[in-house]
Amino acid sequence: MDRLVLLVSTGVARGLVIALFALSLVIIWRAARIVNFAQAAMAVVAVYVAFALQAATGSFVVALLGALVTGALLGAAVERGLMRRVSGRTPMPGMIVAIGLVMVLQSVLGILFGPKHRPMTPVLAETPLSVGGVPVLSRYDLFVLVVALVVVVGLGVLFNRSTLGLQLRASAVAPEVSRLLGVRVPRMVTIGWMLSSAVAALAVLLLVPTELGLNAHSADVLFVHAFTVAVLGGLDSPAGALLGGVVVGVLVSLVTGYASAGLAPLAVLALLTVVLLVRPGGIFAPKEARTA
Amino acid sequence: MRAATGRPAAATGTGAPAAPGPAARPALAVDGLTVGYAGAPVIDGLTLEVRPGEIVALLGANGAGKTTLLRTLSGLVAPRAGRVLLDGDDLAATSVEDRARRGLAQVPEGRSVVTELTVEENLELGALWRYPGRAERRAAVARGYDLFEPLARRRASPGHQLSGGERQMLALARALVALPRVLLLDEPSLGLAPRVVAQLMGVLRDAAHGTGLTVLLAEQNVTSALSIADRGVVLSLGAVVVDAPAADLAADPALRHAYLGF
Repeated sequence: MDRLVLLVSTGVARGLVIALFALSLVIIWRAARIVNFAQAAMAVVAVYVAFALQAATGSFVVALLGALVTGALLGAAVERGLMRRVSGRTPMPGMIVAIGLVMVLQSVLGILFGPKHRPMTPVLAETPLSVGGVPVLSRYDLFVLVVALVVVVGLGVLFNRSTLGLQLRASAVAPEVSRLLGVRVPRMVTIGWMLSSAVAALAVLLLVPTELGLNAHSADVLFVHAFTVAVLGGLDSPAGALLGGVVVGVLVSLVTGYASAGLAPLAVLALLTVVLLVRPGGIFAPKEARTA
Repeated sequence: MRAATGRPAAATGTGAPAAPGPAARPALAVDGLTVGYAGAPVIDGLTLEVRPGEIVALLGANGAGKTTLLRTLSGLVAPRAGRVLLDGDDLAATSVEDRARRGLAQVPEGRSVVTELTVEENLELGALWRYPGRAERRAAVARGYDLFEPLARRRASPGHQLSGGERQMLALARALVALPRVLLLDEPSLGLAPRVVAQLMGVLRDAAHGTGLTVLLAEQNVTSALSIADRGVVLSLGAVVVDAPAADLAADPALRHAYLGF
């Protein structure tokens, strides 16, 4: 029973990181109608910058801000320099360019830094705290949980309560009408990319200290899980990304704990298959919004 | 139904601006505009001027080029040749969104309401560039509700729940809350009940005669359009074939038969 509590609570913390990354996929889908396959590779680049900053300053806060800023700038650069030049009439060209970008970024990282995993020390202890004698979350898990919740609530406020969010939502679903109403749609698309890339970088930065360490492929599995979550929840649904992330996190944690780590990806794929069979549009997909 | 009956005599009598003198610069001017492929232009060397506060009905059969003309004026379609001038300024280098911010509004044909947003959010979106401040924007949105009573009752409803009439009311109100100087409308009466059409036309006429809004109104519903217009312009094959006071156009059976089909 104690083991179950520990596995579930660790799963929730890990799930929130997956949820954050899935949320970044939802943001970019809503802003630019693209599934950004380069999201993980771009985030890893930002985390390398954060790693260097932490090594230079010794401050995790500086590293965290560095990851956010680098992520945002990288998002803007990819959108302005690459994606804007790709035809947006069908989703395919953008996806292919994104996959190409993954190869380029991962190769460049490999050439520059080699294949070895660079350990990143968590800011807070990873030993679980006990509640009434039962081990649950570590301090670091709690930190991840708080950061993830703050980001989720912050994004909710931004999208639903601010005029920037109103313009972002309108530009995504009705770009032509939005332009006729004076909304600077190209700028909104860039902002969507910046937000999305920054959130993804944050998610990867939070994850890396609990894993093997930093490497060009550090976020590959996270991307697969988050992509599963985004599809499960419906690419348009932030709530779906949040809940789906936690479900997948707990599932992975339980399968890893009771069976083996090797079975976890299979369990995630099985979940994806079942949900797509039952609800092809995703669990939370609104009736008419889903088009691709 | 005869076009001339039911027309408020005052509409053309008091509303029409005086004959253009050297000082009356057109609010909107189109000069030698050509759009489309070489050899098969959709708009063919079209020249047109609309004076401030004037309502011009843009008439013509399907395929005459009305929609293409409006989309070119708002910048959604790039012309092959010719110029579009807003208050005398050439708009060639001005983007769609900057044209809107200079007071050139367009209500496109069909369901231009953002269906994922609520009525209130649609109105806010329309008012946003003109009123960055929250208080002023709320006041502008309130003016939108004043224009069309039914919208106020549905302020929290998402756009996809609105009826066709409500959508067109919202699209028009959303354009008007930003106080544009020139308004381009594409078939606002399409598929709507006569009572709703009359309401829309009434709001348009009030806006033009009350605030000096300039209106270019593309319509298949000739009777409705001419009932509020100062002038009627008939397009055929992308060129102006008739340009006459609305009253004359409605009253002259020969013109109506030849160009308007009734």
